[in-house]
Formats: sequence, C-alpha cells, structure tokens
Amino acid sequence: MDLRLTPEMAVFRDEVRAFLANHADEYRDGQAKDVLAWQRLLIAHGYAARTIPRAYGGFGAEPDVLKARIIAEAFIAAGAPRGIANQGVSMLVPTLLEVGSEDQKKRWIGPTLRGEVVWCQGYSEPGAGSDLASLQTKAVEDGDDFIISGSKIWTSTAHAAQMMFCLVRTEPNAPRHEGISYVLIPMDTPGIEVRPLKTMTGQAEFNEVFFTDVRVPQANVVGGRGRGWFVANTTLKHERGMLGDPNATEARLNSLIEVMKTETVDGERILDNPVFRDRLMQLQARVFAMKFNGLRIMTDDTAGLARLVVKLQGCELNHQIAALAIDALGELGVLYHDGPHLRAKGRWQWNYMFDLGLIIGGGTAQIQKNIISERGLGMPREPSSRAAS
Amino acid sequence: MRFALSEDQRILQASLGRALAELSPLDRVRRFADGGEQTAPDIWRGLAELGLPGLLVPGSTAAWAWASWRPPWPRRPWAQRWRRRRSWGPSWAPLALRGGTAEQRARWLPKLAGGEATAGVAISEVVAGARDGAGVTAEGGRLTGKALFVIDAPGAHLLIVADRTGALHLVETPPAPVEMPNIDATRRLSELVFDGTPAEPLGGNDGLARLRDAAWVLLAADSLGAGQVMLDKAVAYAKERKQFGRVIGSFQAVKHLCAEMAAELEPARALVWYAAYAFDNPGDVAPEEATVMAAHAKAHLSEIGRFVARTSTEVHGGIGMTDLLGLHYWFKRIGLNRQLLGGPERVREAAARAQGLVAA
Ligand SMILES: Cc1cc2nc3c(=O)[nH]c(=O)nc-3n(C[C@H](O)[C@H](O)[C@H](O)COP(=O)(O)OP(=O)(O)OC[C@H]3O[C@@H](n4cnc5c(N)ncnc54)[C@H](O)[C@@H]3O)c2cc1C
Repeated sequence: MDLRLTPEMAVFRDEVRAFLANHADEYRDGQAKDVLAWQRLLIAHGYAARTIPRAYGGFGAEPDVLKARIIAEAFIAAGAPRGIANQGVSMLVPTLLEVGSEDQKKRWIGPTLRGEVVWCQGYSEPGAGSDLASLQTKAVEDGDDFIISGSKIWTSTAHAAQMMFCLVRTEPNAPRHEGISYVLIPMDTPGIEVRPLKTMTGQAEFNEVFFTDVRVPQANVVGGRGRGWFVANTTLKHERGMLGDPNATEARLNSLIEVMKTETVDGERILDNPVFRDRLMQLQARVFAMKFNGLRIMTDDTAGLARLVVKLQGCELNHQIAALAIDALGELGVLYHDGPHLRAKGRWQWNYMFDLGLIIGGGTAQIQKNIISERGLGMPREPSSRAAS
Repeated sequence: MRFALSEDQRILQASLGRALAELSPLDRVRRFADGGEQTAPDIWRGLAELGLPGLLVPGSTAAWAWASWRPPWPRRPWAQRWRRRRSWGPSWAPLALRGGTAEQRARWLPKLAGGEATAGVAISEVVAGARDGAGVTAEGGRLTGKALFVIDAPGAHLLIVADRTGALHLVETPPAPVEMPNIDATRRLSELVFDGTPAEPLGGNDGLARLRDAAWVLLAADSLGAGQVMLDKAVAYAKERKQFGRVIGSFQAVKHLCAEMAAELEPARALVWYAAYAFDNPGDVAPEEATVMAAHAKAHLSEIGRFVARTSTEVHGGIGMTDLLGLHYWFKRIGLNRQLLGGPERVREAAARAQGLVAA
C-alpha cells in the first residue's frame, strides 16, 4: 500500500480544486447547467474521457489511478457533476476501444463522448432477459447489408437515442453463443418503431423497439460477425462497472447526509436521532468499503472477487441510501410529483423505485450471485440449467 | 383457546373479496389513480350496501349484524382489496366519537354507520411528529394552524382533528382540502389550513390513543394484504416465466426468495390478528397491550412489507418495474403505509414506551 500524495500530486489536486472553484457557477445541486458545454469543458481539461486517445476525441492522458482518484474526490467534495455517463460513454466507447475497427472508433467515439450522439442498448428481448443468449432478433444477409427483424424490450433511452448497439442472430444454425453479432444501428432507419413503456416511477425510462426489415450495412458489425457474445460481454463488464460506480454512490450518500442535517421532526434534526444516525453510519461504512474496493480493483491484480461483487453491492447500496432518505423524510418521504412540501423534486422516491430497477437491470442480483459463486468461488453450476451468464 | 378466524369471519372475508373483485377490478383502480378522482362513490356505495361503514359504530344495525365478527379488523382478502377503495376500509373515525357527547353521537353515528356521511382524520402532527411548521391550536371553540397528511378529507362531512396537545375536536365545516400528491395514487392525502375554524371538543381522554392504535393496526393489515398479493403474484409468475429452458421457479434462488416472503408474512398475519384482538378486547389483555401490539404490528409490517415489495418485484424481473402488471400499486401502498402516522423507528419507540422500557 502506498497512498501518499507526492508534491506533484498535491499540485495536481490543487489544480482540480481551482478548476471547480472557478467554474462553480456552471453547475448546481450536482447538475450542469449546460450539459454539453460542461462535458466539452471537462474533456478539454482531462476531467472526462481522460485516458481516451486524442485521435478519438479524448484527452489522451496516460492511465494514472491516483490522478483519477484525485479528480473523483475533488468532484465529490465540490458536489460537481462528473459529466456524461450514459450507456454510450460508459459502455459503447470502452467496447469500441477494445474491439472496434479503426473506422468505427474515429466515427463514433468523439461525438459520443461529447454527448452529441446518444446510444441505447438493444440486448434484452421478451424471451431473452437473464438468458440473453437465447435472443431471437435475426439479421439476414442481403448483399452488403443485413436485414433485421424482431424486437427488443426494456431498452433504456431508446426514445432519445440516435443510435443503438444491438445484439442480433446472424448465424441461426450455429451454437447459441456463436450465432450472435453486435451491430450499430441508426435509430432513424426505416422499419424501426419505438414504443415507450411506463414504469412504476410514472415515467417511461425504457421502451419496446420493433424491427421490421431494417436494413443495416454489414460494416456496422463490431468485433466480427458471430463474435457478438464475446463483444457483448465486454460491454456488460463496463455496464456493471458503471452501475456499481462507487463515486456516484458516495456523492449520493453525501446528499443523504445533507438531508439528515437539514430536515427536522418536531424541531429536532434527524441527525440528532441516534437510531437514524446509526443507520447512516452503517451505510457510510459500506460506502467506504466499496470506495476502497474500487481503488483496489484499479491497482491490485489479485482483486478477482472484488471485481465481481461491484454491481451487486453498488446497486444495493444505492437502493438502501434512497430507502434511508425516505425513512428520514418520514411522511414527507411519500410525497411525489409536486406540491409545496415535496423535497428534491421527489428525487429520493424516484431513486428508490428506479434503483430497484437497476438491481434487476444489467444482470439481476440473482444472476450476479450465480456469477460470484460460480466464477468467483468456483462452485458448480446448477444442474440442467443452460449457462447462466 | 382457538387462534383462528371464526366461521362468520371467513364468510365475511369471502363475500367481501367477491364484492371488491367486482366493485374495483384493476382497470377501475387505474381509472381512479390516473384520473385524479378525489373520491370513488361507486365503490363506497357498494361497500355501504354490505354494511361495512357500520362495523365500527357501536349500536348500529350493521354492528349488531356483525356482532360475532370480532375483532372487527380486516383479514387478508379484505385488506388485499383496500387499495381498490378510496379509503381505509370501514372508516375508523367513528372510534373517536366514542368519547363524544350523547348529542354528538346521535348526530353523527347513524349517518356514519349508514355510509351517508364520511369523516376525515387529521392527527399526523401529534402521532408522526410535526414537519414544515404544521400543527393546530385550539382556543375558544376555534382551530387555527395547518394539518398535513390528513386522511380521507376529500368529500368528508366532518373531520376529527387533534390539536397540539393531543385533544380531539370535531369540525363540521372543514376547510377545503389541498391535495398532497403522493406515490400511492390510490390514496388521497390532504393539507388543511384552519383559520379560526369552529370546532367542538371531543371528550374522553384516550381518544387520540385509541384512534392512533386503530390506525396502526389498519395500516399493518393493509400492508399484510398488499404483501400477500405481491407474494401470490410472484409465485404465479415464477411458475410461468421461462429462462434457460426452465421455469424460473425451478431455480433455487427464486424459490428461496418466495419462501422467504412467505416465512415473513405468515407469522406477521398472526401478529396482526392478535393486535386487532388486543385492540378490540382491552378488558381481556394487559392495559398497555393494545398499544404495544398495534405499534409492533405497524412497524413490523412496514419492515417486512418493504422486503416483500422489493422481492416480489425482483422475482418479476424487468416487467415488475413496469405499469403493465400493476404490481406497483401494492408496492407503493406498502411504501405509503410505512411512513404514514409514523415510520417504524418512531412507532417502535412507542412500543417500548408503552411497556415502560424507556427511562422517564
Ligand atoms: C431499469 C431497467 C433498465 C434496463 N435497461 C436495459 C437496456 O437499456 N437494454 C437492455 O437490453 N436491457 C435493459 N434492461 C433489461 C435487463 O437487462 C433485464 O430486465 C434483466 O436482464 C432481467 O431479465 P428479465 O427482465 O427478462 O427477467 P428474467 O430473466 O425473466 O428474470 C426473472 C427472475 O428470475 C430470476 N432468474 C432468471 N434466471 C435465473 C437463474 N439462472 N438463476 C437464478 N435466478 C434466475 C431473475 O433473477 C429474476 O428474479 C433493463 C432493465 C431494467 C429493470
């Protein structure tokens, strides 16, 4: 272990802090006032897309775990937004960097990083959720193109996306995992229909997407035809990292602490109630554990299991933070939509419901536990189930 | 000794279940939830025909008819369906009138028993603690101040209001309720502002405590019913949905989730029954028993309700998150019940206090 800050690193930390102080009027409550402008600013200073090559629109710095940590801490302390972390930035970009063609990297990474192109993830289908490899949406070769038909479900942000990274079956006769390809599909291609699905939050965060004879160039395949399962697992790895991001969790815990400091019942601060304070401290310990677990993952080659638990633990923690916030708000915590007594625009309620969705999305908690026990602990698979992950 | 529902109670359970299935199927619930209706007179009328409003009104015909039905609190199928009504099952407000004068009782009880009048209840501040400067002061027969999280206010003909000292008042000309939109679109909560509003004091010194205990048992029963629905739906879905070439209910992980829900709910049912019994038969139990059991039922059902709501949603996977199955109506009802009239920490403190476990 070596956690000392060299003088050089201390200077770097001061730079980041100064940047945030100088630009403090460009964000509020953890939100950028102009999301795209903020994103460009962050990239220009290397606080977003830091290690992505300049040729693809990133900042082009060498990977440096300590600097990454310094940036994260400074942003959390200032309550400043970290920039765009949507499915395009967090999942597609790292996937393209790993397995994309040079053309694909040049064409898509820059606009995606800058927030100009929004992506959605077309994996799940009505019959293929946890058992993703049973997906049926098919792509039939036609000259230089594929003709795609079928449907996807639970597709987050499809209604706002210009592009989809999508899994389709290109080799119907191959073994399940070998017949899949990973394709990039413009959402304005004729034959695509997006139907919003209302969720328990009252909003439509995800959609059904229907494909009727949708023509897509074969050149849009990423990582090679029939290699989609392998590519998808690259993306999933990044999705799980994004969903379990300990920095986001820590920032959220900090807003919870604010709630408990400011809210009162019968004139007494929630934080002065020892029962609530203890619940908060229990959560804080778990948040710290995940934060240091995150640091370890980045620097310790022996951290295998530590990596496998991130999605399960991170999503659970986010949900519990929202639960405690609602409990701390008490009756005020049931308010939703609008009204003079509503706190934080109902954000805690929204989080409590939506974060439960994220415990399910990106591989359910049960599937995560299967992965931890089977891959992490070397336990046998359940009898007669097809590969569970 | 027999710790079980009586034959009459089972019959009531069954007929009420049938009536509610007819009066208030899911599409009726959706219409109420999405349409912004403040009351659902059709459902109320149907329940009034069954004599429900009279259940808690001593001396009414309905109370005679159901005299053997004790304790008078809803069990499972009934509680399950409460969400389909605009309110809480038989209005519990008449309990407050037990302490009222003969004249007050004569004026209101028959109407309440017949379902011609309904009553709202404003006791949140003294039970759950005051937020945002709420609280009502009584002086010279008039009330001033604001009450939040008022229950059943829309359309109510009278209002039971607790002032800051916990004394109860009867208001016959309630101020207009302002809706407090909440996560459970099947229940209306209101803010009321009193500004020298005429009120009559309600006598009886345990009025508020009885009203609170009753509400706690009712909320517990409501969450029990909602939790049972969510378990039933999870089990049914797990037997149907296939992944990896098997029904998901054949995965031990999913089976165990369902079994855990059942293992929490079954004992909780007995706790709710006993809490109702203790409330209804204070003479048969220790003096503090009704309050202790009501508090425990409310807090415990809040905890396991939260667990069941979440777990059932998880068993459903992505579709559990959507509006398609309506699963969220129960999820949100359980969420609302947890906070209403005190979250579990606060309510458990009341249980400890009632047993003398808190240093004076
Ligand atoms: C908020 C949200 C956003 C989403 N966004 C996207 C998106 O953008 N793109 C996309 O493609 N998908 C998305 N999804 C879909 C998500 O990936 C799936 O919901 C998830 O993989 C589960 O699949 P399912 O819904 O079909 O549930 P099922 O797979 O049917 O699971 C139902 C239940 O069975 C359990 N189960 C299944 N198999 C096993 C097993 N082998 N062992 C033990 N238990 C098992 C599950 O854990 C779950 O409890 C999203 C989902 C949510 C909730």
